[in-house]
Amino acid sequence: MSVIFIVLPLALVIVGGAVLAFVWSARNGQYDDLETPAVRVLHD
Amino acid sequence: MSTAAIPVTTSADILCAHCGLPVPEGLLDDNAEQQFCCSGCHTAFGILHAHGLDSYYSFAERRETPVRASGRSYDEFDHPAFANLYVTALPGGLSRTELYLEGVHCASCVWLVERVPLLVAGVLRAELDVRRSLAVIEWDIATVPLSRIAQSLDTLGYPPHPFRGVARADMRRREDRAMLVRIGIAGAIAINVMLAAIALYAGELDTMDAGFTRFFRWVSFAITVPAFIWPGRVFFTGAWASLRTRALHMDLPIAIALTAGFVRGATNTITDAGPIYFDGLALLIFALLVGRFLQQRGQRLAVDAAEELHAIAPITARIIEHDVARDIPSEALLPGMLLDVRAGESFAADGVVMRGHSSVNAALLTGESRPASVTVGEMVYAGTLNVESPLRVLVQQAGETSRIAKLMQQVEESAKRRAPIVQMANRMAGVFTAVVLVMAATTFVIKWQLSSAHALDDAIALLIVTCPCALALATPLAITVAVGRAARRGMLIKGGDALELLATPGIVVLDKTGTITEGRTALTVWHGPDWVKPLVLALEEGSSHPLADGFRRAWPGLPMGTVSASRHIVGGGLEGTVSGHLVRIGSPGFVRESTFDVDESLQHVIDDLDRTLTPVHIAIDGVVVALAGLGDRIRDDAFDSLQQLRGRGWRTVMLSGDAQDVVASVGRALAFEAQDSIGAVSPEGKLAFVERLKATSGRTVVMVGDGVNDAAAIAASHVGIGVHGGAEACLATADIYLTRPGLGALVELTEGSRRTLRVIRRNIALSIGYNLIGASLAMFGLLTPLIAAILMPTSSITVVLGSWYSTTFARPTTTESVL
Repeated sequence: MSVIFIVLPLALVIVGGAVLAFVWSARNGQYDDLETPAVRVLHD
Repeated sequence: MSTAAIPVTTSADILCAHCGLPVPEGLLDDNAEQQFCCSGCHTAFGILHAHGLDSYYSFAERRETPVRASGRSYDEFDHPAFANLYVTALPGGLSRTELYLEGVHCASCVWLVERVPLLVAGVLRAELDVRRSLAVIEWDIATVPLSRIAQSLDTLGYPPHPFRGVARADMRRREDRAMLVRIGIAGAIAINVMLAAIALYAGELDTMDAGFTRFFRWVSFAITVPAFIWPGRVFFTGAWASLRTRALHMDLPIAIALTAGFVRGATNTITDAGPIYFDGLALLIFALLVGRFLQQRGQRLAVDAAEELHAIAPITARIIEHDVARDIPSEALLPGMLLDVRAGESFAADGVVMRGHSSVNAALLTGESRPASVTVGEMVYAGTLNVESPLRVLVQQAGETSRIAKLMQQVEESAKRRAPIVQMANRMAGVFTAVVLVMAATTFVIKWQLSSAHALDDAIALLIVTCPCALALATPLAITVAVGRAARRGMLIKGGDALELLATPGIVVLDKTGTITEGRTALTVWHGPDWVKPLVLALEEGSSHPLADGFRRAWPGLPMGTVSASRHIVGGGLEGTVSGHLVRIGSPGFVRESTFDVDESLQHVIDDLDRTLTPVHIAIDGVVVALAGLGDRIRDDAFDSLQQLRGRGWRTVMLSGDAQDVVASVGRALAFEAQDSIGAVSPEGKLAFVERLKATSGRTVVMVGDGVNDAAAIAASHVGIGVHGGAEACLATADIYLTRPGLGALVELTEGSRRTLRVIRRNIALSIGYNLIGASLAMFGLLTPLIAAILMPTSSITVVLGSWYSTTFARPTTTESVL
């Protein structure tokens, strides 16, 4: 069970990474327009 | 795609199998089953077909009539005044602008518009937002003028218009992103704290090792801290503002509960005893943020949809300088300039007619449905339509000082005055806040007197469990679901308060022209032989008069006689030789001045003609053989809809700028009370009427209209409703905009509002019920953290499910077409 002392902080670090990725993507405008990219991909 | 393939000459009959635009003649392929307007459409069609997605072509969202190129020069896009208003300079000599494109409707539009950098040298970026029809263009001003880019877009079938909301759109985008970031972080933290909490609760049942328990408590503490610092900060700033303005706001108990819970949780973590609350707190922050986001989002969608429609006053004006005509933006007009306004165009400024005589349709401004004639020396107003022949107008008032702009200022002021109603929800929350605070304090004091060791814990548990988690979601959720469903039914609702007000019957004031009636001239009475029709149609064909339009729409596809000579007499009618007959069409006076005989069968009909219609006589070779009555037709569903509204307890009033006898006649046909059919009211009069009604009746006053003449009254009313095809000014101020014609939507709206309010009440009752249980448990010291943790999410989930499965507005059925 004591493995949890290592695994849990590790999990939190991964969560932190995911959160940072989300913040970056939101600030980068990835969620501004959720419709056009779906259509755009048809042509590329 | 090369520049040569831009559809310049198109064959009108063959439409692209993918996007429905006309196919350029050069691209027609006689051997192919389907024809395409460009290789982009061809590729897209191929991809969809190969993947069995042909059902794409049966979607309702595809346009019925494709937009064609307008062929304008767009010279005004290069004017310095235009650049000042709409263009942002970027570093490196680049410029950026946002253009609203007409005719954006399908996937191939994205492809085409985003290929503009390849078509026009000097354009670096073109990006299209399909939902909002907005294109961002970045270009090098030294290489290519904006007019050239605009022309290219126009040739592609997307006539561009400058978009005025750039600054606001930017601000919103930043707000939206910040909000989304907050929700994301709060969500991630809430879930992780919940995971730790589950471990703790499970451990409590199963006697977990003390070392692990302490570890999980410290972990919960550590991850909750950022939730307070970042996403949770908005509640503290809100509470601080509420304290400074001395108005109780929902943010205040939230902030107090958050602070108390956090401080107590932190000390309990450090001393290693008692509940820590972090799971509840993190979830609370997340749920509250989601509620706010939903509310904002739903309202904005409707606002956007209404505001991005086109301007009423023309964006460009043609001025004459030294006998040379050129286009400039309307904003650059100055008093003293000479305007050239052709038939069918709107005036860009107020002014005096210097040359020519014509008739003007001022329906937009005054509501008068019949065009009035104007001649040299008379005033014309911005936003009204020149109907018959070209005019030269000397500008007297332009921009801010024109009559229409002043009316718009009144509109804005009225809109501001409406704010107190919006604050009502917050006042209710204020009461709730006070009750919770008093209850928590009482619990603490009583428990302290009883010398209970848990006094502080119980008070904090009460604060947290009663925190308006479900209550905060109750109203926005019900409203968001209702607004979303209503939008799919063609009713765009901008604010939740409108729904609340429409739920109880009040007084509905309706404009006549365009709201109760169709707002355009139609042939309603015809007495005469059929052989006359082709002759009439042939003569009317060349005329731009609204009456001519009425004839054309009444008899589509009828064969026409051949016109050998025709003359247009302003204020009278038309005269010409058609298929060898001398034909005169027009007002009774004009037709009779050269004829003496009237066909016998027509004698009595002439006297009996409804006085609300415009009579038109038709004489062939000197004998009046036919009589037509043209008027503004009442909408088919008007009577039924009004009766249904009355049946539900609404009082109906008709208010119009049209002549009193016209209004009275329509009123009788639709069973309005005699004193409730009011004609000859100016826009200012409409505003005054609505204000008076609000002050004297004590009931909800709903204003329904379509024109600028209604805009001020719409803004002043409790609930303003703009109807299909209305003017932009009217849509911008209306709380609700109906995108489908007819008054049926009005009935549906009141019914849906009633059901929505019922859902809101049920939600509030449920969440208060949960709060009561939670509060009493806490007061008696029975509330363990486990029960609190179960109670809080279940109350929220009940509210969410209750809102989602409610039948506020019916879902659209597949057979119905929703515009």
